[in-house]
Amino acid sequence: MTDPAEVLRLDRITKRFGALVANDAISLRLRAGEVVALLGENGAGKTTLMNILFGQYVADEGQITAFGRALPPGNPRAALNAGIGMVHQHFTLADQLTVLENILLGTRGLWSWSMDIAAARAKVMALAGRFGLSVDPDARVGRLSVGERQRVEILKALYRDARVLILDEPTAVLTPQEAEALFDTLRKMVAEGLAVIFISHKLNEVMAIADRCLVLRHGRMAGEVETRDTSPAQLAAMMVGAEVTRPQIAAGQAGRALLQLDRVTTPDREGAPGLKAASLALHAGQITGIAGVSGNGQAALSDILSGLLSPASGRLLIEGQPAPDRWTPAAALASGLGRIPEDRHKTGTIADFTLTENAVLETHVRPPFSRGGWMDWAAAAAHTRDIIEKYDVRCPGPDARIRLLSGGNMQKLILGRVLEAGPSVILANQPVRGLDIGAIAYVHGQLLAARDRGAAVILISEDLDEVMQLSDVIHVISEGRLSPPIPRGTASVADLGLWMAGEGFPHAA
Amino acid sequence: MMAFWDILISASFWAAAIRIASPLIFATMGELICERAGVLNLGIEGIMVMGAFAGWFAVYLGLPLWLGVAVAFASGMVFGALHSALTVPFGLSQHVVGLGITLLATAVAAFTYRLALPQVTSPPRIEPFQPWELPVLSDIPFLGEAVFSQTALTYAAFLTAFLVALVLYRTPLGLALRAAGENPSAVAAQGLSVTGLRMGAVIVGSGLMAVGGAFLTLSAFSSFFFDMVNGRGWICIALVVFGAWRPGKAVMGAILFAAFDALQVRLQQTPIGAVLPYQLFLAMPYILSIVALVLMSRRAEVPQALMVPYNKGER
Repeated sequence: MTDPAEVLRLDRITKRFGALVANDAISLRLRAGEVVALLGENGAGKTTLMNILFGQYVADEGQITAFGRALPPGNPRAALNAGIGMVHQHFTLADQLTVLENILLGTRGLWSWSMDIAAARAKVMALAGRFGLSVDPDARVGRLSVGERQRVEILKALYRDARVLILDEPTAVLTPQEAEALFDTLRKMVAEGLAVIFISHKLNEVMAIADRCLVLRHGRMAGEVETRDTSPAQLAAMMVGAEVTRPQIAAGQAGRALLQLDRVTTPDREGAPGLKAASLALHAGQITGIAGVSGNGQAALSDILSGLLSPASGRLLIEGQPAPDRWTPAAALASGLGRIPEDRHKTGTIADFTLTENAVLETHVRPPFSRGGWMDWAAAAAHTRDIIEKYDVRCPGPDARIRLLSGGNMQKLILGRVLEAGPSVILANQPVRGLDIGAIAYVHGQLLAARDRGAAVILISEDLDEVMQLSDVIHVISEGRLSPPIPRGTASVADLGLWMAGEGFPHAA
Repeated sequence: MMAFWDILISASFWAAAIRIASPLIFATMGELICERAGVLNLGIEGIMVMGAFAGWFAVYLGLPLWLGVAVAFASGMVFGALHSALTVPFGLSQHVVGLGITLLATAVAAFTYRLALPQVTSPPRIEPFQPWELPVLSDIPFLGEAVFSQTALTYAAFLTAFLVALVLYRTPLGLALRAAGENPSAVAAQGLSVTGLRMGAVIVGSGLMAVGGAFLTLSAFSSFFFDMVNGRGWICIALVVFGAWRPGKAVMGAILFAAFDALQVRLQQTPIGAVLPYQLFLAMPYILSIVALVLMSRRAEVPQALMVPYNKGER
C-alpha cells in the first residue's frame, strides 16, 4: 500500500522520559514536492520528534521509513545518508572557515589527498543559482548575516543530495525580507520534487508556505489539516488547546503601581527586536503576564527592568518617581527588584560556587553577610540553611557546589534568594522552563504567595497556558510592541494566540 | 651605523638567521597544529628538551642521524599522547597539563641522561649533520651561501612547514582539523570524531616539537646540555600567535626572531657593543618580539574553540 511519492514516514512514534510522554503515537507522512508544517508550542514535542528522526534519541515505540526503507534507530548518520537534511535553529558552522569549507567539511574521506575544490565550488554555485541561495562561497562565515548563514546550512544539506529538508523554526532569526527569500527558495525546492518539513509556531508563515499542517500539543497529535481547509484561528486553537481546563486561581487584589514603563523604546539587538514605545504598569498584589513568541522583545523588557539596559526614549517610573539616571542592576536591586533570570545556569547561578555563595550573590555586599569589607560566612551559611529548609531545596548541604543540583532545586534556591530579600517587584522570566511538574507547581505557588503578600510580579513566558493560568493582567508582546493590558478572562486563547503571531495586534492607544 | 648595514647585507648573517630559525620552525609548526585543532600545548618546552636528548642519545648509542630524528619524533609523540589523553577525552585544564608535561619531560630527559652517563664530566659529542651545499642552487651569489648551504635538517624544517600548510588548507583532513578548533559541534554533526582529530593533532604536533629540540643536538651543536632549549618553546607559542595561526606567517616570524638573535650577537662585536651592556643585546630579540607580537596579533583570528574541551551532548 505504499505511495510511490512518499519519501518519509513516521509510524506511531512514542517516546517517554520517565513519567513524561514527550511523543505519544505520532505519525507523519511526507510526500515528494510538499511542505508539511509541524506546529506546536514550546515543549509540545516537536524537537523530540526530530531528535528521534536524527538518531539522537531512540523511540520507545514506532518506526521510521525513509524512501521505502526502515531507518535504523539511534544512528545519527542514518538519516543523513538516507538523504534527509536538517537546518537547526542554532547553526553548526565554523565562523572562521569559508562558506565552501563549511559545506565541504565531512564530505570527503579524511585521508584523501585532494579536496577537488573546483568541482565542489561549481556544484555549490549551481545549487545556489538553482534555488536562489546567493552567497559568496569564499566569504568567511563569521562575516555573514544570519540569513546568509542559514543559506549556507541549506546549501550544506543540498550539497549532500538531501531530498528531504527539515527546517527548525527557520524564520525565528530572519528579517521579514529574508524570510520571504527563504520561502521563494523552499517553493523552488518543492517544485523540483524535494520535500520540506517546516517547524514553526508562526501561523501566518505556516499558512503561506505549507500544504499540510500537523499540530502537536503536549506530545500528542492535536490534529492534521490541509492548509487550504483551515484558518489561523483554527490552528491557534489546536495549538494552545482551548478546551484545556485549568484549576481556577483567585484573582489578586490590585494595589498602587510600583513600576511603570511609559512609552519606552530600546534599540534592536542582533536578531531580536527592542521595545517599541512599550507602556506597562506593574501593580502591587498583581501578576502581570507577558505572552509572546520568544525573540519578540522579551529580552529587552527583562533587561530594562533588571537594570542592564536604559531606555533610549520613554520613561521608567518607580513608585511614580523617575528611575535613577544611572539605571544599573545595583540600582534596580536597591529599588526593591527581585530577579528570577531566564537562564538559571548562565546568569542565575555560578555553577562551581557553593549554594551559600550563590545564595548571597546579590546581597553579599550588605550586612549581615559582610561588614567593613569582610564576609561573614557563618551568617551566609545560616541564611542558606534557612532557604534550603523553607524552600525544600534537595541538596547535600550549603557547601555543595550548585552544579550538582537538579534544575528544580536550583530554581528553588534562586526563588529563596529572591523572595527572602523581600522584593516589592519580582521579575520572573521563564521561571519554570525545563522543570518537572512538581517543581512547576511549587514555583507557581510561591509566585502567587508573593503576590498575595503585596509584591508586583511580572511573569514573562512563552507558555500561553502558564501566562493565562497565573496572570491577573496580560500583555501580549510582538515585534517589541506591547498590547494594552488585557484583564484576566476577557481574551480568548485564540485571540491571544493570533496576537502573539502578530495578526490583528491591538494597538496601544 | 655602517657596521649595522654591513651586517644586514652579509650572506653569513642570513645563513645564521635561517639556521637559528630552523628548530623554531619545527616546534612552531607542532604547536600550530595543536592549536588549530583546539588544544594549547604548553608541554612544548619540555618536549623540546626530551627531543634534544632522545635524538642525541640515539645517535650517541650508534644509530644513524636520521634514525636519531625519528627517535626524537617518537619521544615527542609519547608525551603528546599523554597530554592529549588528559586534555581531550578527560577535558582537563590545558594549562595545568601542559606545564606538567613540560616539567615531566624535562625531568625524564635529565634523569635518563644522568642514569645513562653517570661518570661524564664534559658532555660527550656526536658527529652532527654537516652543511649540504645543494648542487647548482648553492652557486647562486648571496642566496647560495645564505639559504642553500644549510644542513639537511634545516631544509627539512622548511619542507615541514610547506607540508603543514598543504595539509591544513588543501586536504579534507586539514579542513576537519581546523573545524575542530573552530566549532567542534560542526565536526561532530558530520559524524567525524572530534576526540580522534584533536588527539591526533596533539600527538603529531608534539612529535614535531621534539624534532625541533633534536635540531639543537643533531644539527646546531653536537652535545646535550640540560638548559639548551632555553625558552625556545615559549618563543614558539608566541610565534604561533605572531603568525596568526598561519604556517607561512609563522615561518616569517621565526626567521625574524632568529635574525634579531643573529644581529645582537654581531652587534656586540661592533663599536656600539663596547658602549652598551651586553644584556641589552641579549634582551633585544625578545623586546622586538613583544613589539612585533603586539602589532601583529591585533587582527589575529584565534581559533574559536581553542582551550575549550568538547563534550558530546553539551551545547
